[in-house]
Amino acid sequence: MSRQRGWLTTELEHRGVSRREFLAFCTTMAAALALPDRAAAQIASAIQRTAKPILIWLEFQDCAGNTESFLRASRPSAAEVILDMLSLDYHETVMAAAGRQSKENRDRPVKEQPGTYIAVVEGSIPTGANGAYCTIGGESALDIARSVCGNAAATIAIGTCATFGGIPAAAPNPTGALGVADAVPGVKNLINLSACPANVENLTALLVYYLTFKRWPPLDHLRRPLFAYGKSIHDNCERRAHYDAGQYVEAWGDAGHRAGHCLYKMGCKGPATFQNCPNVKWNGGTNWPIGCGHPCIGCSEPDFWDRMTPFYQHLTGVPGFGVNSNIDTIGALAVLGVGAAFAGHGLIQIMKRVGEKPEPLTPKTPKGES
Amino acid sequence: MPRVVVDPVTRIEGHLRIEAEVDRGAVQDAWSSSTMFRGIEIILRGRDPRDAWAFTQRICGVCTTVHAIASIRAVENAIGSAPPPNARLLRNLIIGAQAVQDHVIHFYHLHALDWVDVVSALSADPAKTSSLAESISNWPLSSPKYFTGIRDRLKGFVDRGQLGPFANAYWGHPAYRLPPEANLMAVAHYLEALDWQREFIKMHAVLGGKNPHLQSFLVGGMATPVDPDSQAALNTHTIAALKQFVANARDFVTRVYIPDLLAIASFYKDWAGHGRGVGNYLAYGEYPDDDTANPPLFLPSGIIRGRDLSKVEPFDQGKVTEYVSHSWYQYQAGDGVALHPYQGETSPNYTGPTPPYELLGLEANTDKKYSWLKSPRYDGEPMEVGPLARMLVAFVSGHARVKELVGAVLKQLNVGPEALFSTLGRVAARGIETQIIAEKMDAWVDALAANMGAGELRIHDNSKWDPSTWPADAMGAGFHEAPRGALGHWVSIHNGLISNYQCVVPSTWNAGPRDAKGRRGPYEEALLATPVADPERPVEILRTVHSFDPCMACGVHVVDAKRREVVRVRAV
Repeated sequence: MSRQRGWLTTELEHRGVSRREFLAFCTTMAAALALPDRAAAQIASAIQRTAKPILIWLEFQDCAGNTESFLRASRPSAAEVILDMLSLDYHETVMAAAGRQSKENRDRPVKEQPGTYIAVVEGSIPTGANGAYCTIGGESALDIARSVCGNAAATIAIGTCATFGGIPAAAPNPTGALGVADAVPGVKNLINLSACPANVENLTALLVYYLTFKRWPPLDHLRRPLFAYGKSIHDNCERRAHYDAGQYVEAWGDAGHRAGHCLYKMGCKGPATFQNCPNVKWNGGTNWPIGCGHPCIGCSEPDFWDRMTPFYQHLTGVPGFGVNSNIDTIGALAVLGVGAAFAGHGLIQIMKRVGEKPEPLTPKTPKGES
Repeated sequence: MPRVVVDPVTRIEGHLRIEAEVDRGAVQDAWSSSTMFRGIEIILRGRDPRDAWAFTQRICGVCTTVHAIASIRAVENAIGSAPPPNARLLRNLIIGAQAVQDHVIHFYHLHALDWVDVVSALSADPAKTSSLAESISNWPLSSPKYFTGIRDRLKGFVDRGQLGPFANAYWGHPAYRLPPEANLMAVAHYLEALDWQREFIKMHAVLGGKNPHLQSFLVGGMATPVDPDSQAALNTHTIAALKQFVANARDFVTRVYIPDLLAIASFYKDWAGHGRGVGNYLAYGEYPDDDTANPPLFLPSGIIRGRDLSKVEPFDQGKVTEYVSHSWYQYQAGDGVALHPYQGETSPNYTGPTPPYELLGLEANTDKKYSWLKSPRYDGEPMEVGPLARMLVAFVSGHARVKELVGAVLKQLNVGPEALFSTLGRVAARGIETQIIAEKMDAWVDALAANMGAGELRIHDNSKWDPSTWPADAMGAGFHEAPRGALGHWVSIHNGLISNYQCVVPSTWNAGPRDAKGRRGPYEEALLATPVADPERPVEILRTVHSFDPCMACGVHVVDAKRREVVRVRAV
């Protein structure tokens, strides 16, 4: 990991790109690679000369939201990913084959080309009822995950269900649902792309990164790529100035709401949520939840269905406001500088929460290292 | 009798298994089994009902708006919240965009490959393909050069031996009947539709922040501010953008989807004689035209029984019940009873084979349980829901545009109204509905603009936001027409928290197993007599099942265990 990190840093420095601009850099790579008639022609031809990497996309306790997100890929477009860059040999939602024939498509690379293909897992893996809560072709999700992920060159857990258990694992977790890291310990090169669903721009950037450099990017302590999960929503929020100025939405549709003021008092979980939504936005940069007037619900964080709810109750424990202070009493105060302190505090909160979870499978990559 | 198993049924959302007895070249009996379960209702218990929409939304990421809409309607019904006109218009636009986008994706990406042979497209003549395309539409991407490019691109994958998502399908099966040129045209439009849907659904990002899983829903209204004088709200820029989205969608539907549908259907008219189904149709209706408690609906609600197109019965929510006699649940009063959702209970009770298994061990007149879906019934009868049900109810109710389009399609295909009760009828009804909604959306954008101009900026009923304004006990139901059919949520609230939550969803209506009286669900019934030329490659089974547009994750979540042992699993 450290070798990759060093390589990446060198690469970034070589290009005169600061860490703050890492995301933009990654997106640029994706954009360049996605357009065969541009500067990426050379790399594209290198990819085309070799066999296309096989992608096996597994769906377990899922809603196909990440699949739909995948179909919204803008750079490269879904069609290009499917047809040009990767060989999407198994994906139940889009593949032509069905039943036994589809299973053959899944099992062939596992048997004949172990260690060469990329597995993508969408949805959590139930461990209750001997696996009967999710079967495909009569096989349990857990057995399939062990076989496919266990023989993959790398596994990408996409969405909060596959990464951390997600909504099926919300209390009281009726089916014993787990994310990949917990259900199939020891899977090598596991990369988590959390969020509900994950933003396809981040999957695209990740795949392009791998196809270009034949290695995976540095990860945070939750195994998420730093380029996408290195900063909090709050840190990069377009409404941050309103937070710092103490300008809050007080009621849906009020003057502050219409003017784009901070949604903190309406329950925004941006300060405790790490993802690059404010930077890359969604659907080809069209918009993002806070941009359309609704608070962040913290969907990229472990156990957010339990820890971030009720969604419309604001966070407590804000430094400078007193741990149990009521935000309603300080909304009018000017709080210049408090936001930065809160950002640091939010990070600590997250680290503490993570500490309650099972230890990651590989050495942690401390945040901030570069 | 040979047992044909299709598991997984692909090109659907979620996990579906079909077992069928095939003899004399046709399906003699069939069982529809859903093989995944999460338990979202039990997860909802004890939570803030204002959060419920986000939880239920995650039931399905394909129809990513539908459970959010049904949920906020149910909670609003319970607490007496009255969303203002802008909220209704924004919801109508979101629902309409979902329907149009979902139907197009279904046609091209989930259903077309049952009718279109991708490998055959390789032998198409691009010049002839161009002539064909230009004979059915004035869509500009139709030159011989364009189709040559598509064919060469396909050929590249075949030559490298990597067909990816097209690998190992039933290509060359005798049931594929399109000439190579029609196949190539359809493949080109498959790829175009991938790009089209991505651009069109940006409309959801404008109105909901992102897609999938839009995030602008609120109990009592919408979170998207409306203000022509603000950069941080829906304003005149947004109105212009919405007009453009709607125009582009209408263009693609009118000039690509509908012509393709009619062209492909003309080669498969015999499928108007397959997949008849249960013959009862249920629609809750959709697109409220005003803000009253019982608003007029653009697409009407109602029931049609026994394929009788002479009358529509009014819908009565009290007649909705669910059986679990063949579902992996148990009722306290015994598995022979049917319960209304307000009294609904579901204790998971898996009695199927321990995975891995080959067969569910089913036979005729089985009393075994075999699915994670319950069996919903209306007034005791199985009902088909979805575009066909909606179009039939609208047709019989006298909806002028529906009558006009249904008539036009029947005439073009040279078939009678009885052709509607079929696999092909479902495909046609979905296209007709897409056209009708794409045409209607402009009016909602205009109404939103008019409100803006008149200074009507309200988006939310703040009076009921605070739970202290709610009664200690409240019950409510929310109804919605999802792309796949009639969707209902039933919520009970006690002291501001959810005490019970039940969803009865389209794919449960359509894909559910037999009931206590042994009556098959709509998929099972529709599969009877479906021809199967080669049991090893049962493409015909896929045709009929896909014509319903299965969305299993929607169907497979209904759990409300009162006495369930909660399993807490920790990582080893």
